[in-house]
Amino acid sequence: MTTAVLSTRPTSLDIAQTASVYLKETKYEFLKLMRARTFSLSVIGFPIMFYILFGISMNRGASVDGQLFAKYLLATYSCFGLIGAALFGIGVGLASERAQGWLEVKQSSPMPPLAYLLAKGITAMAFGLIIVSLLLVLGVTAAHVHVTLREVVQLMGVTAAGAIPFASMGLLLALLVPITAAPGVVNMIYLPMSFASGLWMPLSVLPHWVGVIARFLPTYHLAQLALHVFGYASGPMAIHWEALAGFTVLLLGLSAYFFKRAAARA
Amino acid sequence: MHAMTLEPLPIDRAISAPQPGHRRSIDSASRAAGAVASLQGVTKRYEAKVALNNLSLGLYPGEVVALLGPNGAGKTTAVRLLLGLIAPNSGTARIFGRDPRDPAARMRIGAMLQVSRVPGTLKVLEHIDLFRSYYPDPLSVAEIVRIAQLGGIEDRQFDKLSGGQRQRVLFGLACCGNPDLIFLDEPTVGMDIESRRGLWEQIRSLSASGKTVLLTTHYLEEADALASRIVVLNKGQIISEGTPSEVKSRVSGRRIRCITAIDAEAVRSMPSVIDVQRDRDFLVITASQPESVVRVMLLQDEGLRELEITSAGLEDAFLELTRADDTATASHS
Repeated sequence: MTTAVLSTRPTSLDIAQTASVYLKETKYEFLKLMRARTFSLSVIGFPIMFYILFGISMNRGASVDGQLFAKYLLATYSCFGLIGAALFGIGVGLASERAQGWLEVKQSSPMPPLAYLLAKGITAMAFGLIIVSLLLVLGVTAAHVHVTLREVVQLMGVTAAGAIPFASMGLLLALLVPITAAPGVVNMIYLPMSFASGLWMPLSVLPHWVGVIARFLPTYHLAQLALHVFGYASGPMAIHWEALAGFTVLLLGLSAYFFKRAAARA
Repeated sequence: MHAMTLEPLPIDRAISAPQPGHRRSIDSASRAAGAVASLQGVTKRYEAKVALNNLSLGLYPGEVVALLGPNGAGKTTAVRLLLGLIAPNSGTARIFGRDPRDPAARMRIGAMLQVSRVPGTLKVLEHIDLFRSYYPDPLSVAEIVRIAQLGGIEDRQFDKLSGGQRQRVLFGLACCGNPDLIFLDEPTVGMDIESRRGLWEQIRSLSASGKTVLLTTHYLEEADALASRIVVLNKGQIISEGTPSEVKSRVSGRRIRCITAIDAEAVRSMPSVIDVQRDRDFLVITASQPESVVRVMLLQDEGLRELEITSAGLEDAFLELTRADDTATASHS
């Protein structure tokens, strides 16, 4: 009798149920990180604090390429904030869930692995957009930056798109770096990469060789796209989109390789 | 709710002696057909170390199987293989006749694993809501809260829970999909006696409703109280299996404890004596025929007092079995 009941039970989700898995996975990933104050306060707080210090109070009226430095920093700190959210949220977050055994609990359940990864990527994107929104409010109200609606939409779009390569980088770091070292390693990558890509100050005021290195960093290409929204970066933008797409393919490919290698060894 | 609803057992049944039919022992090797889950000739190596050595294990509907063994015996490796979290070097793992990695197989199982941390900022009901969404036909929230005894802590964040409450949440998550087969890896670690007994009762009612349970535990009392079959693992191999009483009976001898003037060496030379130990004033004698030993001792020593004869507990059986196995392997190498 029992077996008859068992054999008729559905073993797959319909489309609405599948959509609900993806939505809930994303909702709870976001809630989890938003409520984790050490994460949300630092990831949102640092770009905001830097902007208040360097964009508003220390650089009243300073200009880059004939525009307010506060506007330049609005674009670059948007990138800085998004990258932090992606690298810490995924690089450290996934590494710790893996080390703590929580990922195995999820893997033992019928959760679609893609839902788990997309939830983390979309959450990084959401944090990025929150940071951009806060920076825009600060820039417009406190630093007297003028932005058009079109610029706002474009900056948001660049930030959202930038979540993809940096979520991929976070994934690769989570797979490669042991959890005890993860926060340190992420900082060792995040901060020098941000500096060398002109996220804190324009490349034009930095030594020439920094600008040469920058071209090999995904942060630089994202920053160029964000700066272009405000009319700073010149030249064709396609190269930067292509570079980010290339980094994404490379990072996801490496992640797949290391994931498979770890699975084969386990 | 259909026939699979988890009803608690009536109290008298839950705490009374084991049900005869319920505790029928099934040998792993004998009945490969009809198994809901099986490992067949599985070997798993971690670099040079062999975690499981040509192990075969079948789980049959309604059974509660306890995997017992010292640390490093391969209990958790066996569970991870059945869950498809790792792949064997040779042999096969099957769940409902499928590869354990097949999502359709995972729809019908639940797993409570040893986790050092769970996302702490999500509330109990949020964790349940998410895990329920993975299944086409989950148990209701109220049912999960009842089974896992989560009443009153539903809205608390995971970080704010005690160790026992956390274990109960993990048990609740394992039950979300109304699984036919449930894996419990050290389920009552960190639980107080009351929640431990509560969980035992739920495990019994899972089994009574036709579900299969695989349990690993350090608590021999737990295996004794719950299991219809105990499988003792040591160094990646099954060294003994059977009902708790069968496993216990495999240990030769019962235990005599008394205060006596007779010399320990003299006792050791008596017929049927296996072992003699001194425990402060007491002499502790293991003998296959304790009655005849006691008869001789009483004749020799009129002052013999505080006499006790006990059967070997599961703990003694377990220690003896693993010790005997260790000695055997040591003498081979």
